[in-house]
Amino acid sequence: MTDYFYLIPIAIGLGLCGLAAFLWSFSSNQYDDLQGAAERILHQDDTPLSH
Amino acid sequence: MSCCGTGSELSMLAATDPREILLASRPIAGNLRQTDLSVPDVHCGACIHTVEKALSGLEGVNSARVNLSTKRVTIKWRADLDTPPEFIETLRNAGYEAHLFEVDHEAKDATLSELIRALAVSGFAASNIMLFSVSVWSGAEPATRDLFHGLSALIALPTLLYAGRPFFRSAWQALRHGRTNMDVPISLGVSLAFGMSLYETATHGPHAYFDASVSLLFFLLIGRTLDHMMRERARVAVKGLARLAARGALVQQADGSQTYLPVEEIKPGMTILLAAGERVPVDAVVTQGLSELDVSLVTGESVPQPAQPGADLRAGTLNLTGPLMITASAAANGSFLAEMLRMMEAAEQGRSAYRRIADRASSLYAPVVHLTALLTLIGWMFVEGDWHHAITIAVAVLIITCPCALGLAVPMVQVVAARRLFEAGIMIKDGGALERLAEVDTIVFDKTGTLTQGNPRLVDADKIDPAMLNLAGAIAAHSRHPFSRALASVARAATSSITFDVIAEIPGCGMEARMGSNMLRLGRPEWALDCVAGADINASSVVLSRDGKRLADFRFEDSLRAGAADSVTELKRDGVAIEVVSGDREAPVHALAASLGVSAFAGVLPGGKAEHVADLAKAGKKVLMVGDGLNDTPALMAAHASMAPATAADVGRNAADLVFLRDNLEAVPLAIAVSREAQKLVRQNLALAVGYNFIAVPIAILGYVTPLVAAIAMSGSSIVVVANALRLRGRRVSDAKRDTDTKNSIAMRMEPAE
Repeated sequence: MTDYFYLIPIAIGLGLCGLAAFLWSFSSNQYDDLQGAAERILHQDDTPLSH
Repeated sequence: MSCCGTGSELSMLAATDPREILLASRPIAGNLRQTDLSVPDVHCGACIHTVEKALSGLEGVNSARVNLSTKRVTIKWRADLDTPPEFIETLRNAGYEAHLFEVDHEAKDATLSELIRALAVSGFAASNIMLFSVSVWSGAEPATRDLFHGLSALIALPTLLYAGRPFFRSAWQALRHGRTNMDVPISLGVSLAFGMSLYETATHGPHAYFDASVSLLFFLLIGRTLDHMMRERARVAVKGLARLAARGALVQQADGSQTYLPVEEIKPGMTILLAAGERVPVDAVVTQGLSELDVSLVTGESVPQPAQPGADLRAGTLNLTGPLMITASAAANGSFLAEMLRMMEAAEQGRSAYRRIADRASSLYAPVVHLTALLTLIGWMFVEGDWHHAITIAVAVLIITCPCALGLAVPMVQVVAARRLFEAGIMIKDGGALERLAEVDTIVFDKTGTLTQGNPRLVDADKIDPAMLNLAGAIAAHSRHPFSRALASVARAATSSITFDVIAEIPGCGMEARMGSNMLRLGRPEWALDCVAGADINASSVVLSRDGKRLADFRFEDSLRAGAADSVTELKRDGVAIEVVSGDREAPVHALAASLGVSAFAGVLPGGKAEHVADLAKAGKKVLMVGDGLNDTPALMAAHASMAPATAADVGRNAADLVFLRDNLEAVPLAIAVSREAQKLVRQNLALAVGYNFIAVPIAILGYVTPLVAAIAMSGSSIVVVANALRLRGRRVSDAKRDTDTKNSIAMRMEPAE
């Protein structure tokens, strides 16, 4: 019985994390161009990391 | 300026004026301006890279970002520049055709965002509450059960307040105006289920319906979101097509300076410089210059009309061969275009409002459901006299009848149908159009640009001496007149070896080329020949002459759109009456009608088309109007359903219920076939939803419904309805041959028509 008291908040909390992640990515326009995002990864510029 | 001369101040090529780009851009934060371009040829990652690199390299460009899904590029550039950088030329040099895209003022679709957020929240809530409910149903101890009910209530309350808003708002709107719609029983069912469950939780009762309340919301939001996305996609795709109306024009001021003014600011009496390849912005009179005008989009006439000083021009016609100086005779809101808009409004008012099948179903359904619940309440009060029990059962009736399946029954089918049409290059504006299309029994076609390509084709090309054809083709390659283009395309193979010393286009007459000591002329017989006696002349014939002597004759006719004959045959076989109504002259219209075996009306004025459609409607016909011209738009509005090709005038595309992006006219029978199939499935789905109620409602009235039964019944009926809708997709195999090359053709058709 006492297991509930931390298992349930964990379960709901994880769900809320997922929901928050989705809402954040949605409002920062990450679903606007799904096709483009898939292609862009193949054509990134080969610029070396700055030192 | 000489009568046929080309003014030095006007370029022959209609490059996009930088001022037009400025006009179409909008200021954004950080002292920048944003311009959106539609780039239909972007199709892969390498394209993204090339386009963005080319644009970012320009002076003054802050950033450029390609959206591959919508084939658009958003450019942000510094607002302090005098003229915008040359975006379109840069892209053309990089190999991409681009045209201006109207920047949306509301940057994002707010309704869609709200629906998707609501969907995400209700999805989260439904799955978590269902987890608790399953534990309760599997026989949790009373203490655990009460805890789980309490937690469910905690999740359900904010969810209903947030995700239920679209339904509550619409239901409130309807009730305030004394109507009911599908959202009234939904809102009532969801809120009552929640209220009763809250009471049950507070009194440690065994049954709570939080899961039903929230998953109902989730299912219904799926239907609502899909419906909205379907409309939105069609709207965006249609908007992405090239604008065919002029956005502005180069106006000559009193002091001799030239200003680029937007169309709305052009006043009667202003002098406009119109280059070849531009559209006439407002109704005007020619003061200087000679040219030919493509009027097919305005009046339906297929042969280019000559324009000389004194001629009246209608807004929307395309200047083909020479630059013109014109004087505006009407402001934009008094022009032909505005007149068409007024006729459209009149036609719309005359048309009886169509009520969507879902609305009709709900207007029957809502009162019946509410009455049943009320009678159940009274009945149980009468039998037992226990308020609590009677209310519990009445609410259970409302929950079980809550139109979950009904809410999905129609949009699901329409979304699948719209998807199938989309794949065939047909955009549909909304689900109601699909229902109206299915009822069509008469089709009225426009001729020029709809049944025909709107481009002339050389007749009997194989009977003409190939040497002459090549010579004519070589000359014609230097002109943008439709006849020249047709000639050049036939002769294309062997023209490169022929060179001329001098070549010039004489607007209104033809092409003139000097080759050594010979003067070659290609154009109107009366101009190209010394003596026209005995020649068979009509408006669509062109001769090639050397020093005034005839070398060859060319005749042109408007070619049928691909699939036109097959489509007409197919439609006639399906028992649909077909008519051709055109603004073109008698001869070409009747020749075309005879070849297709349909009845025809020629020389019809724009108002006459709408009247003709209205008369048919009065006679009880359900008319589908298919047309592309400005003159067709009142008729498109007056008809029961309407279709326009992507090459149609802007107003026409906006007025039409469906827009087809591919050249092939088989879009018409395909759209009708899909809509009829969809209608059949909608009926089946409605029958399934009603049938479900016939079984579930008696169980609810008798008081046997528990939350578990409600959850199973609701999900079960929704799944059945969705599965039935997906059958429409399963039938695609027979259409496989029609669907080939879809993607290419969509991209092709979205190029500017000019």
